[in-house]
Amino acid sequence: MINKKEFTIRRVYINANGLCRVYALGTEHVGDDGAQSDSPREFQGKMTANKSTNQAFIIDADKGLQKLIAVLAAEGYQVVGPRLEDGAIVYAELASSADLPVGLKDEQDGGKYKLVKGREGVYFDYVVGPHSWKRYLFPPDQKICEFRRQGKAFRIVEETPEVPAYAFIGARPCELQALQIHDRVFDNGEFADPGYLARRAAAFVVAVNCTQAGGTCFCASMNSGPKASGGFDLALTEISEKSRHVFVVEVGSPRGQMIVAKLKGSAAEDSDIAKADTLVKKAAAKMGREMVDDVGPLLKRNLEHNRWYEVAKRCLSCANCTMVCPTCFCNTVEDATDLTGSSAVRTRRWDSCFTMDFSYIHGGSIRREGASRYRQWMTHKLSSWFDQFEQSGCVGCGRCITWCPVGIDITEEARAIRDSEGGAK
Amino acid sequence: MAALVDPMVPAPFRIERVKKELSDTFTLDLVPAERRKSFKFLPGQFNMLYVFGVGEIPISISGDPGDDSKIVHTTRAVGNVTNAMWKLGVGQTIGVRGPFGTAWPVEEAEGSDVIIVTGGIGLAPLRPAIYQILANRQAYGNVCIMYGARTPEDILFRKELEKWRGQFDMQVDVTVDHATGRWGGKVGVVTKLIGRGGFDPHHTVAFVCGPEVMMRYAVDTLVERGVAQEDIHVSLERNMKCGIGFCGHCQLGGDFVCKDGPVFPFDAVADRFVIQEL
Amino acid sequence: MVQEVGLDKLIRDHPFFEGMDDEALELIAGCAANERFDAGQYVFREGQPADKFYMVRHGSVALEVRAPGRDSIVLQSCDDGDVMGWSWIVPPFRWKWDARATRLSRLVSFDAICLRGKLDADPALGYAVYKRFVRVIAERLAHARLQMLDLYGIGKE
Repeated sequence: MINKKEFTIRRVYINANGLCRVYALGTEHVGDDGAQSDSPREFQGKMTANKSTNQAFIIDADKGLQKLIAVLAAEGYQVVGPRLEDGAIVYAELASSADLPVGLKDEQDGGKYKLVKGREGVYFDYVVGPHSWKRYLFPPDQKICEFRRQGKAFRIVEETPEVPAYAFIGARPCELQALQIHDRVFDNGEFADPGYLARRAAAFVVAVNCTQAGGTCFCASMNSGPKASGGFDLALTEISEKSRHVFVVEVGSPRGQMIVAKLKGSAAEDSDIAKADTLVKKAAAKMGREMVDDVGPLLKRNLEHNRWYEVAKRCLSCANCTMVCPTCFCNTVEDATDLTGSSAVRTRRWDSCFTMDFSYIHGGSIRREGASRYRQWMTHKLSSWFDQFEQSGCVGCGRCITWCPVGIDITEEARAIRDSEGGAK
Repeated sequence: MAALVDPMVPAPFRIERVKKELSDTFTLDLVPAERRKSFKFLPGQFNMLYVFGVGEIPISISGDPGDDSKIVHTTRAVGNVTNAMWKLGVGQTIGVRGPFGTAWPVEEAEGSDVIIVTGGIGLAPLRPAIYQILANRQAYGNVCIMYGARTPEDILFRKELEKWRGQFDMQVDVTVDHATGRWGGKVGVVTKLIGRGGFDPHHTVAFVCGPEVMMRYAVDTLVERGVAQEDIHVSLERNMKCGIGFCGHCQLGGDFVCKDGPVFPFDAVADRFVIQEL
Repeated sequence: MVQEVGLDKLIRDHPFFEGMDDEALELIAGCAANERFDAGQYVFREGQPADKFYMVRHGSVALEVRAPGRDSIVLQSCDDGDVMGWSWIVPPFRWKWDARATRLSRLVSFDAICLRGKLDADPALGYAVYKRFVRVIAERLAHARLQMLDLYGIGKE
């Protein structure tokens, strides 16, 4: 195995079959043969992270979760997961399971988010908050390189991407789908983003199957939940009963296998697995919203529908939806000098198609109207994403509905267009 | 071992020559500042050019694809970056990323007549295609260049247009939108030149480049004359920050103009072309 | 009007007259004549009675407007094959601008006074001619609007 601490990883490829290629630069011991090298080396290995194995375990909820976080921290992972901050459940660093927002439940609706008391002692009675894991793998601010003046010329200093090894605790199935969507987006052929791929390869994912349907969730109709079908190292389903409070733990990768072995849980009975399944199925049935079928072609046919002008009357172009959306990836590149003018830094920042100058070319912006900007966001997410990446860009997490200040609901917008199809401007 | 270059990091190039073409248009000749493989590009492609501390923008490559001693770019000075770029002198460094984008289907057009309809700065991304056609002239039928400029003083690459016109196997028509009586040439929109003919619409490939409004009307006129939509190629322009289909700014529906374009066969974009603010 | 040799065929072959029957074409040809203008010579002047319309055989004629203290402004040029002049068909039948040959040009002129009378007398012929001139005027308008947009002022970068 590669010792990541001794190498500078320059580039990592993971393809859909789990084949992982790492290009690294370093001067330390390499691999098993102990050779020394200071030229770039390529390592290949196979990550079998896509299917869950048959074996499932039971761990005690409190002790097991506590131990899991401790084990991951000891392995060198930076553990992040849900925490209560400023009245919302966000993702932040976890020092221990005591940092988790136990016993809380969220009530979500269009433009509304509130935390209330949930079942006592239950760890995951809430669903997703304003944060998504994209802030870790695709940080809002990344330095790309630096330029330093040298007389008439300038020198370019490349930036080595930071590759902290994160452990995500509590990734919901919709979020696993979002991660997979981003894998597809950032696997841009010869232009793949080395920083994202390296951080992604290093991240350990502990998924949590949802046993509650959130107020704005519609993952069931997007085929992205509420049960995790793959893309995790471990997946937990919480069972809270009078007599016991446990997690059913599914293993999804050799890395996950190694970690779960240290938790010393017991093998799960078929009845436990069945119980976990039932809880998740109940959540699926309780979804309050759903996306209409064939929304991709539907929106493509209706680019000049009156509804875009209707929704534009409400939309503030605040860009909240793009910030909370786990799959939005639009970004911009900023070049700025320091005060002396002797060096300049190139930074990548999150951007949003709702900003007025997003589509600016000399002469003016192409999308001046709120209607065209809203249409761009919604049709990209639900329709053109298929043309680009052969799948939907939406995972049904409902964040855009909850965090929209005026409560615009894309499921409602899509339904309105479908129901009144043919209504042109 | 593949080169480990982050696609967002430019390579330094040196300015070898700055040429003023028109009152607001200039050409830069660039050579690599560091040893590297020769720079190869296809006609229609663009580079992302970076001016120290100011910013980076997409600029069409306007030189001869057969000449790899330098890369030539032509642009109008319309914003911060281009204005700053024009103030740079010979010997200064510019960051280059590229070449990006799709190309004019010059090889695929062999065996057909070629009609090039362009206006204003649109001639710049077409010049490499013209060079490539001229280098292999006998592979094509009739070749017509139709160019429109704002005024006679705004005719880009005027000497070259005159030279091409003087060749016995090229039809070159130039028109301007506005002129005084001193101008003895044509006055009128470039789409009018299409009516003059000189090509067989059923065996023609058309390359159209210019302001989007001009392209729309030019395509309309070509189609009216019998040229099929899939034989007409246009070069589109959108806001670009990365040039590699990653930042999302240049999207037109499902296409990234930097990656799936900027050159498109017209039938691929026809239905999106007409939707306002798409 | 003396009919010149060759004009007959020219008119018959020109796309502008396509679809007109032989009788109509003969009538029109009867009103036609070859004309030649040297470089710089005016074909017609602003304000003059519009008693002809023209077809450019070879050459180039600039439609111009004169303004005091500055060079004339060219609105449009009429080149090989163009039909020139529609003021003959719209009252008050006066030219609205100048037309000046920018180089040696050969035109076919059509006697408008003669034709106007014939169009009034024969509505079918009148319709056929008006139909064609409406297209000329429409095209001129469309082109003028495009020129107005000053498109290359916001051209590609």
